[in-house]
Amino acid sequence: MSAVDAALDAQVGRSMHTARLPRFAALIVLVAMLALTALGALLLRWDWGTKWVAVPIVAVVLTDIALPLWSAAVENRRAAVDRLVTALVWTALACALVPLVWVLAKTVIEGAPTINGAFLSQDGVGHFDPVQLVKVGGHGVFHALAGTLVVTAAATIISVPVGLMTAIYLVEYARGKWIGRAVTVLVDVMTGIPSIVAGLFALALFTVFFGNGTRLGIMGAVALSLLMIPTVVRASEEMMRLVPNDLREAAYALGVPKWRTIVKVVIPTSVGGLVTGVTLAVARVVGETAPLLVTVGALDSTNWNPFHDQMTTLPVLISNAQSTNSPEDLKTAWGAALLLIVIVMVLNLVARIVGKIFAPKTGR
Amino acid sequence: MTTPTLDPPAPAGARRFGLGDRVFSSLAQLAGLTILIALAAVFVFLAIRGIPGFSADKSIYGPGSTNFWAYAGKALFGTCLSAVIAMIIAVPFSLGLALFISHYAPRRLAVPVAYVIDLLAAVPSVVFGLWGARTLAPALVPTQDWLNAHLGWIPLFGGTPYSAGRTIFVAAVVLAIMIIPITTAICREVFAQTPRLQEEAALALGATRWEMVRYAVFPHSRSGVVAGIMLGLGRAMGETMAVAMILSAGDPIVTFHLLTSENPQTIASNIAQKFYGDNIDIQSVLLATGLVLFVFTFLVNFAARGLVARSERRLS
Repeated sequence: MSAVDAALDAQVGRSMHTARLPRFAALIVLVAMLALTALGALLLRWDWGTKWVAVPIVAVVLTDIALPLWSAAVENRRAAVDRLVTALVWTALACALVPLVWVLAKTVIEGAPTINGAFLSQDGVGHFDPVQLVKVGGHGVFHALAGTLVVTAAATIISVPVGLMTAIYLVEYARGKWIGRAVTVLVDVMTGIPSIVAGLFALALFTVFFGNGTRLGIMGAVALSLLMIPTVVRASEEMMRLVPNDLREAAYALGVPKWRTIVKVVIPTSVGGLVTGVTLAVARVVGETAPLLVTVGALDSTNWNPFHDQMTTLPVLISNAQSTNSPEDLKTAWGAALLLIVIVMVLNLVARIVGKIFAPKTGR
Repeated sequence: MTTPTLDPPAPAGARRFGLGDRVFSSLAQLAGLTILIALAAVFVFLAIRGIPGFSADKSIYGPGSTNFWAYAGKALFGTCLSAVIAMIIAVPFSLGLALFISHYAPRRLAVPVAYVIDLLAAVPSVVFGLWGARTLAPALVPTQDWLNAHLGWIPLFGGTPYSAGRTIFVAAVVLAIMIIPITTAICREVFAQTPRLQEEAALALGATRWEMVRYAVFPHSRSGVVAGIMLGLGRAMGETMAVAMILSAGDPIVTFHLLTSENPQTIASNIAQKFYGDNIDIQSVLLATGLVLFVFTFLVNFAARGLVARSERRLS
């Protein structure tokens, strides 16, 4: 129990002198208001099918009003304000959880029935059935999975060396130099680049050299690495600063050159944090849509070559399928969305687990 | 821990500035310079392709605007409008959540709640766009009708509500959900840095928990909170897919009606919706608006970082 909690308990101890609400007052009021609202809904004959959502909302609002009023009646004005704020803080938490649960639940419910072997192994090339006048097949996502893999891998290959070496430069070489400070500021600026601007940059860069209409996987990778480098630099810099100076000095004392100290001592010590940082950076860019929309284009067949022709990635597939308004495409969009969420969550989980396993052991 | 393997002894003096060291340090320096060059390149190449857009003929970007600055200004208006409304929705929740994690949550709940909020940040924006366009927009139609019927005298909620529900209002709500994790993360860190002694002193003087927060935590973290809000604002301005997928394509317009079918476009959504095809004229106009967005978000972020740096200096 912390000191603050102890102090609060000491406050509660004053109940011998001043009137206090019962210990679970908030819970009591909430349950009472839920019951009251449900009863009111029955009496007013609300249509439960569509309006059940309103019951908890009204009950929470009523609780936020009733609890302070009760407190004002029994305790005093200051205690009532305190109760009001506490109630509002808990309400904020409840409100923030709603969209998260809603998005995840909706995606799982809509997307899960779509995902099967064919969905995962076929690409987007269908053929037109002249008898039924409908498109047959072509609702798979294999081509998009391949595209996401290629573009993200290329972006990682570009970003990790640059990001890692920049972090090494900042931690090991740039102590107090103006160029080190400038790089830190610029990394900050890079963090704030809107993702669509990164896409426009890659497009401008390649179309200046290769002509108008160029759309390649590698352009998307360049755009993504612009978003990924600052994340990698930040994470690696933080991790390498955690490496105790004693280790470096011990290596120097043995006559090990600086670069071997970095490669053999600093990096192995912080490798867990580095892997975590890179994985989180990959998780961040794997869902990026806007930069790929303008640079990589879309293609229904599978293309493994980032230096030739357009390719489709998972986020762009979702965006395009959503905009067609056909129910079949919408199903594909939800299925792909579920797949994307699973990929991102797995990457996040891997990052956390790696971080836990290799957590730096402090010397104390 | 790996044991460092040692080089065979070398002649004195050769070790400290050996070849390996020189190569490695120049490689590291090169990486740092790459970042410098990359940022300069962003600016240069956007300018090379975008400058023709500044003086482009008005027939390229449609009849709605008479010159480029009117066109970009209207899109910038949409960007600011949606971002500001998103902030108005998001800030109270972010502050509440941050307070919950730093001061109000029972110990056992604080860490999982912080993790769940981070999870919200991990959901890709395109999924939020899909959900916003296909689930939230229809679900909010009754709310929008209600706002229009009862608060329609406020210009923001005036006009004829859009029956499909895909309005700038819904886009702002989705933007708010997307920036809550960022603003919360920064506010919560700032709140947690309040000196323990000041908090305990406030409580010892008989302050309630809210009075402690108000008189000890808030004064201490004001500039940090402002910085967090501005970083969220910068993020909301640059966010593309959520807005582009919810709004139907159209030309940027200036309107304060949030609930009608005539919606302003943001710079980013305008680019995303019109970038198909290889018409170089419209591309250069859009690139020019992208340059405007880049400069604008740069200024917002820069102001935010300046505030953070100032508050850090004051604290140390």
